[in-house]
Amino acid sequence: MKRVFITGFALLGLLKAYAQNEQADSTAYKPKKLKVDEINLVSSYYRQNGDNSAVTGGLGTEKLTDISNAIDLRVVKYGKNNIKHNFDVEVGVDHYSSASSDKIDLNANSSASSSDIRVYPSLNYIRENEEKGRTLGIGVSSSTEYDYQSFGGNVSFSQKTKDRNGEFGVKFQAYLDQVKLLAPIELRGLPNVDDSGNASRNTFVGSLTYSQIINKNFQVMFQADLISQQGYLSLPFHRVYFTDGSVHQEKLPDSRLKIPLAARASYFLGDNVIIRGYYRFYTDDWGIQSHTADIEIPVKITSFVSVSPFYRYYTQTAAKYFKGYEMHNLQSDFYTSNYDLSKFNSSFIGLGLRLTPVNGIFGIKHLNMLEIRYGHYARSNNLNSDIVSINIRYK
Amino acid sequence: MKNLPVWIAACCIVMTAGCSSVKEYQKNKINDSEMALSNRKVEKTELSFQSYREGSSGANAGKSGGGCGCN
Repeated sequence: MKRVFITGFALLGLLKAYAQNEQADSTAYKPKKLKVDEINLVSSYYRQNGDNSAVTGGLGTEKLTDISNAIDLRVVKYGKNNIKHNFDVEVGVDHYSSASSDKIDLNANSSASSSDIRVYPSLNYIRENEEKGRTLGIGVSSSTEYDYQSFGGNVSFSQKTKDRNGEFGVKFQAYLDQVKLLAPIELRGLPNVDDSGNASRNTFVGSLTYSQIINKNFQVMFQADLISQQGYLSLPFHRVYFTDGSVHQEKLPDSRLKIPLAARASYFLGDNVIIRGYYRFYTDDWGIQSHTADIEIPVKITSFVSVSPFYRYYTQTAAKYFKGYEMHNLQSDFYTSNYDLSKFNSSFIGLGLRLTPVNGIFGIKHLNMLEIRYGHYARSNNLNSDIVSINIRYK
Repeated sequence: MKNLPVWIAACCIVMTAGCSSVKEYQKNKINDSEMALSNRKVEKTELSFQSYREGSSGANAGKSGGGCGCN
């Protein structure tokens, strides 16, 4: 790991050596009053099915549907010294129904926990000094579900190189969450079961990014994150069945350190084809290591229509606390039968369609972009899902 | 597999060693919205479910915290 960081810093030093002087483009129209820059509507329908629900100890349906809608409004204004102020307001609402969480009560067949609504507003401000190629950002967010409350904050800074071909970014995020302790019905009131009140879960994320334009057709980006989580990292309604047939509440350590390292590249091949690639290596102190590779190839059929097939491959090792149904024993300090933490690989394949007609979508000039995307996800332990998303942009 | 990140970093150095300074007026392809080095808004829900259904997260503009993903 040490070698990775040394190599990373050497890379940053090397790239910085390419920096040269150049002025920013200052010809664009710059509103002095607050002006709506763009509005995005994003809707998704997601459904999944599988047979390894953690709520029922690693056996049982994982059937779930989620309908997600989000609206994102960005307004801008230019202040003194051509400083650009961006304000971004987003509100999202998800409605999901879950057959597995319905089984918090094993006898239920449509209990209160069979569905829920998640509401997640956020507000971000970015101050952009175009002349110096420097941005400062600050933001807050929240996410509310029946059994979960999260408050988040972030600060960010980025600086372009003198030749405007490279950009270094740093970001810090914090999430302060509260988990409502809802235990499986049959375990409530038993000793050593967390079944009342709330527990805290805090997440702190530090990110470093560096992007570089290599030539007129090719650019790359590198990202390193350090994610630290503390607090109640189990879920109180996850069951674990031991070898002796006894049932317990999931128990995981109260800290977790995650290190994802990623590289991203996009290359314009000829005049109509773009190749977008992404790779991530991930490791954490729960014993999970993973590799993610993603490729997407947008093909411009015309100036206003593009089609983007994509494929993503993912593989991970199991967390050291994971075992399946009736496989844990009484000697274990920590235990889970959540198959999201098991060893598996997955494939995600699909197609996107992007329309940017010159006269606007449906002839409405300001509705200038429509993007539809479908993907099918298949995990090697028999979890399958489908997702369709749509993004309409008003600008 | 163990040294994969080191190899990738080494490849990145070799790759970026060939970079040339690109002027603003030469960036029409680089500035194409589909060339962006970030996830697009239409991918938002995908990134959420991937971080819920997989043991790893981060370094992809997706969720690193906040929200339960309990189901």
